[in-house]
Amino acid sequence: MVDQLINQLGLPIIYILCIVLPLVITVALYVWWERKVLGWMHVRMGPNKVGPFGLLQAFADVTKLLLKEVILPTSANKVLYYLAPLIALVPALAAWAVIPFNDKLVLANVNAGLLYLLAMTSLGVYGIILAGWASNSRYALLGAMRSAAQVISYELAMGLCLVCVLVLAGSLNLTDIVHAQAGSKGIFDWFMWPLLPVFIIYFISGVAETNRAPFDVAEGESEIVAGFHVEYSGSAFALFFLAEYANMILVSFLAAILFCGGWLSIFPASWGFIGQPSILWLFVKVFIFAFFFLWFRASFPRYRYDQIMRLGWKVFIPIAIAWVLVAGCMKYFGWVTVGTGG
Amino acid sequence: MIDSNMFQLVCFYAFAAVTVVAALGVITLRNSVHAVLSLVLTFFSTACIWLLAEAEFLAIALIVVYVGAVMVLFLFVVMMLDIKQEQVREGFIKYLPVGIVVALVMLGEMLALIGVRTMHEATMGVNPATAAGMSNTAWLGTALYTQFLLPFEIAALILTVGVVAAVVLTLRHRGGVRHQQASQQVRVNARDRVRVVKMAAEVPAAPQPAPGKETTP
Repeated sequence: MVDQLINQLGLPIIYILCIVLPLVITVALYVWWERKVLGWMHVRMGPNKVGPFGLLQAFADVTKLLLKEVILPTSANKVLYYLAPLIALVPALAAWAVIPFNDKLVLANVNAGLLYLLAMTSLGVYGIILAGWASNSRYALLGAMRSAAQVISYELAMGLCLVCVLVLAGSLNLTDIVHAQAGSKGIFDWFMWPLLPVFIIYFISGVAETNRAPFDVAEGESEIVAGFHVEYSGSAFALFFLAEYANMILVSFLAAILFCGGWLSIFPASWGFIGQPSILWLFVKVFIFAFFFLWFRASFPRYRYDQIMRLGWKVFIPIAIAWVLVAGCMKYFGWVTVGTGG
Repeated sequence: MIDSNMFQLVCFYAFAAVTVVAALGVITLRNSVHAVLSLVLTFFSTACIWLLAEAEFLAIALIVVYVGAVMVLFLFVVMMLDIKQEQVREGFIKYLPVGIVVALVMLGEMLALIGVRTMHEATMGVNPATAAGMSNTAWLGTALYTQFLLPFEIAALILTVGVVAAVVLTLRHRGGVRHQQASQQVRVNARDRVRVVKMAAEVPAAPQPAPGKETTP
C-alpha cells in the first residue's frame, strides 16, 4: 500500500515538479531575455539595475505582482473571474506531460501524444474568453471575441500542419516522431525540408495561437487597452502572463521536436562526438525558436483584424491542405526516407 | 493494496456522476453562459469515460472538435445574446409536455440500444485493437481507410456539402462594397504612391530677422 502510494502518486508528483519548476524559472528568464532583446533592437540597455545584467528584474517583478491586491470589478462574475486565469494556465502546463526531452526523459510516453497536445492547446482559449466575459468590461469582451476567432482560425491551419508530420512519421507518439527524423545525413533528415512550407505555417500559426505580436490584436494596447486581462491585477494577471509565456516555450519545443529533429544533432552521426544526440541540441533549437518570437515582436507592426483572418483562412489553410496531399504522396511513393538511422 | 480494477470502477462512477450533474446543470442553470460551460464540462467528463473504455482517439477528438472549437463558437454567440432571464423561464410549463414526450422517446431508444448491445456482447468478442496489437488510433485509422473507405468518404462529402450550403445560405451580395486586393496592396511600390517634385526654394519677401534675436519655431 505504502509502496504503491509512493510509486504511483509520490514519484509522478516529483517528476511533474521537475518539469514545472524549471519551466516557471525559464519563463522568468525568458521575460528578462525578451526585455533585453527588445532593448538592444531599440538601441537601449534593457533592464540592467536589479542583479547582475538585470537578471533578477523578472523575479523582482513577480514578487511585486504577488504582493499586489487582486481587484474584483463591480458586477463582475466572481467565480468565473477568479477561475479564468487558472483555466488559462492549466492546459498550458498540462501539455508538457507528453513533451519528450530525450530518448527516455518524458513524463508520459503516450501513443496519442500529438492529439493530446492539440486538445490541450485548444483548451487555453477558454481562459481568455471567460476572463473577457467575467470582468464585465467592454474592452475585455472585445479582446476575448477577437482572441476566440483568431485562435480557432489558426488552430485549423496548425492541425493540418501536424497531420503532415504524422503522415510522414506514421505515428502520433512524439518520441517516435523524433526517431523518424534520425538518419545518416544529420540536418537533412529532418522533416523541415520535405515539409518546409508547412513548417513555416506551423510556426506562424503558433505565434498567432499564443496571441503574440504581430498577431496580438487580443490585447492591442493602442486600440482596446490590454484586451482580455485589462481588469486583472496582481497574481491573477501574473497567471495569465505565465500561461502565455509557457505556451510560447511550448510552441518552440514543438517546432523543434516535430520539424527539427528534437534532440538529434545537426551533424551526421558518423562525425563522432558532435554528431551524437543530446538534450543540449533540443535546448539550442528551442532557444532559437523562442528568440524568433521576440524578433517578430520587435520587427513587425500589428496585423489588422481582417488581415489576420484573411491570412489564416485564405492563405495558410489552402497551402496546408495541399501539403497534406503532397506529404501523402511523399510517403506513398517513397520520395523521402524516414527513420533510416533510428 | 489498491486493486486497479476497483480503482477504474471508482473513476468510472466519479466521471459518470460529474457528467450527469453537469448535464443537469445545462438545462437548469439560469445564466446561459454558465449553462454553456456546464455543457463543456459534460463533454469533458464524457471524454474521460471514453478514455477509461480505451477509446483514446474518440475521447481526444471529442475534446479537440467539440470542446476546443464548437463550444468556443457557442460561447462566442451566447455571450453576445442579450437574454432576459425571466423570459427564458416563461415557456417552461408550456413546453413541458412536449419535452417529456421527447425525453420518453429518447429513453426508449436508449434502452433498446442497450438491449441490442447486451445481445451482441457474446458475438462481439475482445477489443479488436488489442487483438491486432495496435494502438486504438492506428487501428481506427486502418479500419476507416481500408474496410470502411466508401462510407467514410461519403460522410466527408456530405459534410462538405453542408459547409458549402451554409456559406451559400448566409452569403448575401451587397452592392457598393469595396473589397481590398491584398495581392495588389503587397505589390505596390513607393514610386506609385508618392511623387517627389523638385521645385525652387521659396524665398520669403520679408527681410531676415536680425541675428541673435530669438525666433519662434
